[in-house]
Amino acid sequence: MTDFLQLTFSGLAVGAIYALVAIGFTLLWQTSGTINFAQGEFVMLPAFFMLAGLRLFGLGLAPAFVLAIGVSLVLQGAGYKRGVVDPMLKHGVLPMVVASLGLSIALKNIVKATVSAEAQAFPSVFPDQVFHIAGITVTLADLGTLVVAAVVIGALWLLLNRTLTGQAMQAVAQNRDTAAVLGIDVQRMVLYAFCANAALAAVAALLVTPAYLAKFDMGDSLGTKAFFAAIIGGFNQVQGALLGGLLVGVLENLAAAYISPAYKDAIALVLFCGVILVKPEGLLGKQEARKV
Amino acid sequence: MKNIAALAVSAALVSGTAFGQAPIKIIGLYELSGAGAAAGTQFKNGVELAAKEINAAGGILGRKVETVAYDTQSQPGVAKGLAKRAVDEGAYVVMGPVFSGSIIVSMEETKKAEIPNFTGGEASNITAQGNPFIFRTSFNQAAGMPKLANYIANELKAKSVAVVFVNNDFGKGGRDAIVKELGARNIKVAADISTDSNQADFSAAVLKAKQANADALFAYLNEEESARLLRELRKQGYDKPILGETTLMGQKVIDLAGDAANGVRGHVGLTIDAPNPLVKAYADKYEKEFKAKSDHNGIKGYTGLYLVKAATEKAGKVDPKLLAQTLKNGKFSAKDQPGILMDVNFDDKGDLDRESYMVEVKGGKQVIATTLPPLHK
Repeated sequence: MTDFLQLTFSGLAVGAIYALVAIGFTLLWQTSGTINFAQGEFVMLPAFFMLAGLRLFGLGLAPAFVLAIGVSLVLQGAGYKRGVVDPMLKHGVLPMVVASLGLSIALKNIVKATVSAEAQAFPSVFPDQVFHIAGITVTLADLGTLVVAAVVIGALWLLLNRTLTGQAMQAVAQNRDTAAVLGIDVQRMVLYAFCANAALAAVAALLVTPAYLAKFDMGDSLGTKAFFAAIIGGFNQVQGALLGGLLVGVLENLAAAYISPAYKDAIALVLFCGVILVKPEGLLGKQEARKV
Repeated sequence: MKNIAALAVSAALVSGTAFGQAPIKIIGLYELSGAGAAAGTQFKNGVELAAKEINAAGGILGRKVETVAYDTQSQPGVAKGLAKRAVDEGAYVVMGPVFSGSIIVSMEETKKAEIPNFTGGEASNITAQGNPFIFRTSFNQAAGMPKLANYIANELKAKSVAVVFVNNDFGKGGRDAIVKELGARNIKVAADISTDSNQADFSAAVLKAKQANADALFAYLNEEESARLLRELRKQGYDKPILGETTLMGQKVIDLAGDAANGVRGHVGLTIDAPNPLVKAYADKYEKEFKAKSDHNGIKGYTGLYLVKAATEKAGKVDPKLLAQTLKNGKFSAKDQPGILMDVNFDDKGDLDRESYMVEVKGGKQVIATTLPPLHK
């Protein structure tokens, strides 16, 4: 039983990172109807922004993170929306999806060519400390990851549900035309969603890079798993993406321990297939009617 | 007068061939991107440094060395295509790839063309296929495992070991070799954990290793994955001895893993911390040239090209077939050719033998615990 609890706890920490990235998927889908297949690279880039802060400007990790958030908001938030999404979305969702796939390849190759193809060391966010609670080994890194993710997701929830801006964003997500008629600046709300996605990705980068190491392809599996997690939980629900991320993280750990580590990466895909077959809208998702 | 003119023309032609001879083409197939980028870049740097020095000192038999580098992207298929290209471009010697899975595929091309091929790969099966043109720049992985298993049995007195390996030719070869040696010493393999090349998340592998509750952990992965594993082991508070063979204690792994590498122990065939003035001088030159520390892969590339020089000069002629024959069962002394850094003996399969070390990582550096003599003096 302690093994089970141990695996569940550390799975939750990994799952929280998946959830941060998965929530970004759902935010963009709800407000702008786009799927960003460069989401993994949106996690990779802030890692290199932080490295630039650490190495080029001699900053500490905290200021480097603030710098990374700032650059991400500009490039991956506003820049991505204005430079890629706005021009492409006019031509439909499919060209947008293809553009994001192209962007994913381009970003990886730019980092590979300009920085390095090799992995780069990244400082730990939390000290290597371990606690033993009721037979379970709890690492400070896992605990810290969970707390940071919970705070960030909690703040996002407050923004969306307790502020006028958040409610305006939700109104845009539910019906753009009605929101516009009500006087909501739709494009501004969409921009906020892109910026929120960029900030979530930067937080995920801070939490995941000490273990993954900063590398041009570090976002590959993270982006894919977060995409599956968002669909498993419900692509049109923020809480669905949270559930999906945590579920994938925990089940991966359990499968690795009780079946084999070799099957770990298949878990997200198996869950994804199961959910698509049984409840296509996702565990917490709502059915959406689409015009043909 | 006519004779004198003819003589002058002949002399000019002869001198022309002596000074203007085509350079010796060394084509490198390196992992410059993908999972093997850390190893491939070091190997390439080692070769380039040696070429620079050799050219500055007059080349090989008076001919300059020209190096070309191609990126295999850490993919065997790409490596094979590039090996074909190297043959077409008239390589005297092909250096690399470093990844065992790549060299096993690509060496067919150099074998067909009868061109010597040096590799940094350590998988046992590379030299077990009767290829007369393949030569290692480091130990066959099977050579270090008995020494490490003796350490586990006699020094650590461990009764069980958790084995974590990468599921490629290199990793499987190392895993098979250590499991065999542990079995011969009645040491139980408490967990046999396979991981993937380029794997980012090692939390599950470490959890599995912790569950096994073995007396020690043996890890056999490529550079970046080794660093990620060590970081995860440290993060999860793994407190049993962590052991490895060469790669785990490599400088690149130490740089990437940071403090998490401290305390790791094992056997290394090549290290810049070897108590050897030639190795120390090499390490300084490498750091000056590339603003980074060399690891064992840098030494492999460097000594590999110097072995080409030593053997070519021994043969007295730039001839690929003759070079291969000279290398087989050849003995090369660092006294005669300092660039090879240590005395090296080749056997008839292309495996090499030289002294090696038991090391521990302390304060971010390899510290030599014992120098082990060559297996066959």
